Amino acid sequence: MTALFLRDLRLSIRAGGGALIGILFFLTVVAVIPFGVGPDLALLSRIGPAIVWIGALLAALLGLDRLFQAERDDGSLDLMLMQETPLVLTVFIKCAAHWTATSLPLVIASPLLGLFMNMNETAIGATMLTLFVGSPAITFIGAVGAAVAIALPRGGLLVSVLILPLTIPVLIFGVSASYAAVVGPAPFLPPFLILIALTLFFAVIGPAAAALALRNTAD
Amino acid sequence: MSETSLAISKFSDLANPTRFLALASRIIPWLAGITALCFIIGLYLSFSTEGDYQQGETVRIMYVHVPAAWLSMMCYTIMSISAIGTLVWRHPLADVSAKAAAPLGAAFTLLALVTGSLWGKPMWGTWWVWDARLTSVFILFLMYLGLIALNRAMDEPSKAARVTAILILVGFVNIPIIKFSVDWWNTLHQSASVLRLDGPAIDPEFLHPLLIMAIAFTLLFFTLHLMAMRNEIWRRRIASQRRMAARMASREE
Repeated sequence: MTALFLRDLRLSIRAGGGALIGILFFLTVVAVIPFGVGPDLALLSRIGPAIVWIGALLAALLGLDRLFQAERDDGSLDLMLMQETPLVLTVFIKCAAHWTATSLPLVIASPLLGLFMNMNETAIGATMLTLFVGSPAITFIGAVGAAVAIALPRGGLLVSVLILPLTIPVLIFGVSASYAAVVGPAPFLPPFLILIALTLFFAVIGPAAAALALRNTAD
Repeated sequence: MSETSLAISKFSDLANPTRFLALASRIIPWLAGITALCFIIGLYLSFSTEGDYQQGETVRIMYVHVPAAWLSMMCYTIMSISAIGTLVWRHPLADVSAKAAAPLGAAFTLLALVTGSLWGKPMWGTWWVWDARLTSVFILFLMYLGLIALNRAMDEPSKAARVTAILILVGFVNIPIIKFSVDWWNTLHQSASVLRLDGPAIDPEFLHPLLIMAIAFTLLFFTLHLMAMRNEIWRRRIASQRRMAARMASREE
């Protein structure tokens, strides 16, 4: 399992530069917003956490369709279906590797974007913390979409359409936790704990549903 | 044979599409007739009752809005049950049922959104707010459209059905969120007033037409659902016969 994790990690960092493109996309999305709403620093600092979250969400969706596609193309997906380790576990490890390669860099890059958005230290810290806790949920939900998409000839866009509605709860609680840390009066902890609960919940049903979908589409 | 196994064998008898078609063609006229009757009574009652003392005539929108909203959730629940039927028992009609229900669900959800918007303008002074109930129903609408798109994107019906079924089940998470959104988040949309543990908090004068309209809408759904399932089965038969004819033609050449 460690070998699979490292293999996936190495592949996604070297081949095609998935991690780097993700950060670049994240940067671009966030940089486009001030052009849209105007360079008002007070407004930007108010909507900053939401913008960083949306940017991270879109960037996380960007590389998702490749989660199983390459394996299907070169045939190693069939090996994974046949091996003795439960497929759910394999999918879980692949998700973890994908998260480390693409979402973790986004989390690390988020303070820089927070500075662009004129957010203060507490807001940056809170946004980074909520992103760290919430982004695995997006990866696990996305794994279902990626597994479904390998049955489609060109599934990339459809995956985003199918997956985005399901990620809205994560977005809601992530953003409300980061707002709560900055402006109050609502406490930070309840939405943050719900965010953790969402991540744990999707860590269970995401890989299970994705494994089911892979078995059904492979035939 | 015990009673349960008898019931199960009756249920699996329906797996034979020909038997299902025979049953459907016998049920559909009756169901359509009762639906029309319920709509006549329900519409008569909903137009003959007094307007609300606060909301005036606009309260009549409720008689369409509330049943449509209920059905948008019931339809997804039926799709989820069908999805379990597809994945667990491989019941051949379950995927037909899920596929036929999706456009109906999308239509009822759209109806609920549109009537809610028409009702919201005079009552709340706005067409749309980002309230918890409204937003979650809007997401439901997007999910219906996504599922329809996914099902259409694949050629092979059985494979498409299984993949769609998985996504239907994952999306079922949204249904309790919609149901309880008005209780969890205290926003603009009023909280539940009919289906409550301590009895309905709504005047019987409004409740009776509402319930009859709800029954009428439910029957309408089942009528349309059966008709759509029948069409889907015929469509698949035609497709398979065309394929067979093409194979025969290529063999003759």
